[in-house]
Amino acid sequence: MIESIVSSGVAIGCVYALIGITYNVMFSASRVFSFTAGTLGMLGGVLGSLFIVRMGLPVALGFVLALAGGAVLGIVTEIVAVRPVLKSLDQHLYVLSTLALALMVQQFTAIEWSTEPQPFPRLFDIARGGFDQQFWLPMLACAAVIVGLEWLYRHTLIGRAFLAIAEDTYAARALGLPERGLRLASYALAGVIGALAGFAGGEMLLAFFANAPMLTFYGFVPVALGGMGNNRGAVVAGLLLGLFQQTANFLVGGIFASVAVFTVFIIVLLARPEGLAGRTLQRRV
Amino acid sequence: MSTPAASWRLSRAKEPGAASTIGAALPFLALLLIGVLFPLFGGGYWGVIATRACVYWVLVSGLNLVVGFAGQIAIGWVALLTLGAYTTSVLAAGTVTPAFSPYLALAIAAVVGAIFGLIVGLPALRLRTFYFAITTLGFATIVTQVALAWQSVTGGGVGVAGPIFPEPFDSQWGFYYFCFGLAAICTWMTANVAASRFGRALTAIRDAEVAAEASGISKPALLGAVFMFSGAVAAVAGGLFAALQSYITPDAFTLDLSVLFFIAILIGGRGSILGPLLGTILLTVLPEFAAPLVAWSTFLYAVLLLVIVLAMPGGIAEILDFKNRRPLESDRAIIPRPDLVERLLGAPRDAGALTLEQVALSFGGVHAIDGLDLEIRPGQVHGLIGPNGSGKTTTLNVISGYYAQQVGAIRLNGAALPVFARHRRAHMRIARTFQTPRIVGSASVLQNVMIGGTIDGKGTFVESLLSLPRHRRDEIMLRDTAMLALAAVGLERLAAARADRLQHSELRFTEIARALMLRPAFLLLDEPAAGLSAEEIGRLGALLLAIARAGTGVLLVEHHADLIFDICHHVTVLNLGRMLAAGTPAEIRSHREVVNAYLGG
Repeated sequence: MIESIVSSGVAIGCVYALIGITYNVMFSASRVFSFTAGTLGMLGGVLGSLFIVRMGLPVALGFVLALAGGAVLGIVTEIVAVRPVLKSLDQHLYVLSTLALALMVQQFTAIEWSTEPQPFPRLFDIARGGFDQQFWLPMLACAAVIVGLEWLYRHTLIGRAFLAIAEDTYAARALGLPERGLRLASYALAGVIGALAGFAGGEMLLAFFANAPMLTFYGFVPVALGGMGNNRGAVVAGLLLGLFQQTANFLVGGIFASVAVFTVFIIVLLARPEGLAGRTLQRRV
Repeated sequence: MSTPAASWRLSRAKEPGAASTIGAALPFLALLLIGVLFPLFGGGYWGVIATRACVYWVLVSGLNLVVGFAGQIAIGWVALLTLGAYTTSVLAAGTVTPAFSPYLALAIAAVVGAIFGLIVGLPALRLRTFYFAITTLGFATIVTQVALAWQSVTGGGVGVAGPIFPEPFDSQWGFYYFCFGLAAICTWMTANVAASRFGRALTAIRDAEVAAEASGISKPALLGAVFMFSGAVAAVAGGLFAALQSYITPDAFTLDLSVLFFIAILIGGRGSILGPLLGTILLTVLPEFAAPLVAWSTFLYAVLLLVIVLAMPGGIAEILDFKNRRPLESDRAIIPRPDLVERLLGAPRDAGALTLEQVALSFGGVHAIDGLDLEIRPGQVHGLIGPNGSGKTTTLNVISGYYAQQVGAIRLNGAALPVFARHRRAHMRIARTFQTPRIVGSASVLQNVMIGGTIDGKGTFVESLLSLPRHRRDEIMLRDTAMLALAAVGLERLAAARADRLQHSELRFTEIARALMLRPAFLLLDEPAAGLSAEEIGRLGALLLAIARAGTGVLLVEHHADLIFDICHHVTVLNLGRMLAAGTPAEIRSHREVVNAYLGG
């Protein structure tokens, strides 16, 4: 029993952590949280099922196309919902514009795809075991993203430019960095990560439009607890969240497990609004 | 307070807005008439739609105070509809408890709704925008899940029957009139709040939070009241919704409904009652015109939301705001009337002195203020000058509670001022203005000034909801005092204009008028002359002198040396957080170090 709690908890935690990283990558580039983070996760699952099950494409091709779909939504988010409202960041219009876009994609999926959960394909043709691919795939995806991002940020020029933008947008612009292009690239990257989360967790979560608000909420918990823009914090908090949720699931039943998660989330946030690891100082006057 | 107000009432006739009150009420009266006569021309199905619009508006009217006025992004309000629907249905059905009368069940649902409105809303005190939006979203998800799981009470996926209201409200039109009546009452109540000091305080929290604090507005108390009201009417709407549906399951309460409520407000326009009301009607009716649209309705709402946010953030209300499209006079001058200041501030009070003793504050390794002594006496203008970064604004912020000093004490008449407690400063009659004017742009200049007098109102939130006599007396008093304050600073003619249409210098004087509403014992001004013309600076000086003559101690942080030397009784020069010199203007002007370091030449 413990094994299955741990493996499913860590697996779902990895999906939450990846959505959290999606939030963070967008946030770092633009100081904006986007409601489309969970939508990207949902889309990864739906596109995977669409390409592989419904259209019968090879797994590898379906995988690439699903990620490409995520990238496209990331880019659309930046162009449609973020760029126009960046000028007036203090009015928080981005909350509304990204919410609107997320709802549009979600409703479109519900109507054109299905309002019922649809099966997601088994990616590798191997027999089901105790430690099944539906559990280790999200872990693999999460590890790959962390290693990939570390490599990108530390060893490539474009990654350092991302960091520069995240640290101080104005200074970065003054240095001549192409801020707009980098922001667009960040959103595309976030789109890929979000779609990867949904694709890797597809077998657990199925291809279901209502995963969007669910992932938007549970994916934000690691961001809020781990500190804004802090990817390592998001991974730790995501794993804790997954384990806590699965344990509560087992102990008190599925429905009250989400009540427990919500309660803990609110209490922690009220006690430490800046997250367990983060800190923010704002000059107000 | 009664003295200045009473003597000013003579000139109320020229006050703008009094005549337009009837004009503002006209659309509501028209809607009332249409609503009452609706059964005469509406068919059976349209009766259901009209009832639904009324039910939705009961909820949206309350949510409007949260979203439209207080600016809190509550996107999961369907949770309270669910809660109210189940509470009313279960209590009326008597499956768990003895059966209650539907009216009593509805009333209990309102109480439950108020409690949960408070619980859902409270995080807003600490969490901002996106965080709060996410918590309400999470709450909405969870309430539906609980409704599904708690089978013994809610019937799980099978659901429960909705309440049936007894005669005369059991027929279709009877029930319609019941809902319509409640909707009308909600409109009236929220319009009352919107036009009260509480409504103005909410918009101040939304658009100019620091100004709200400086005016003594307590965010927890105010938001608490608004969340409770909003939760209560949402739960009542839930009870009506259950009765209208006649049978409810968790499926009926999708997030789509939440989206509808939320978007109706934004389409209507923030800070308006009429706009969201029209928005609610529009969104309820729109999908009915074309059957294929029903499936796509939420998608269309989302498109509408995006269009509104990107192209027309003011919503319907802004389109209907004809008054503010007329151009303002172009060559208008600010002519303060210092002679009115004494009438406004009343007789001088002896508040003692405001003193800083050895106050120090550092940020990391930077000593922003380093052992500062300062005494601000009533009836005097105290100038605080120094180069950029010398600690002038920090001093102001420590006095008004934005920073806590690490060493030393600030005393008012000998008693230490509590650290932080920003909104307590107004109750001690310490008022301030800001380097960048903090104004509610979408409110009129008069309303902005009235915000300054919020703490002088006597009526409670409930009295304002019901427009009881004390509320009306408060409003008359605040309006009269604000008009007097505007006349004193020379902005009387702009009273009815939207504040965001004013020039920068006019906003500075608006802030002074707002600060004067407190009848301050001490007035802290942060660079009031910045951006003013030489002429305006001269008039500002005369105004400040009149304020001091009326007994107020003025602390003036300024860069314009001429203004400082013209009007100050005492000047303190700061450099790197320390006092470089202090004395009369004449002494400072001849102080060698000051001249070398700061004044030049």
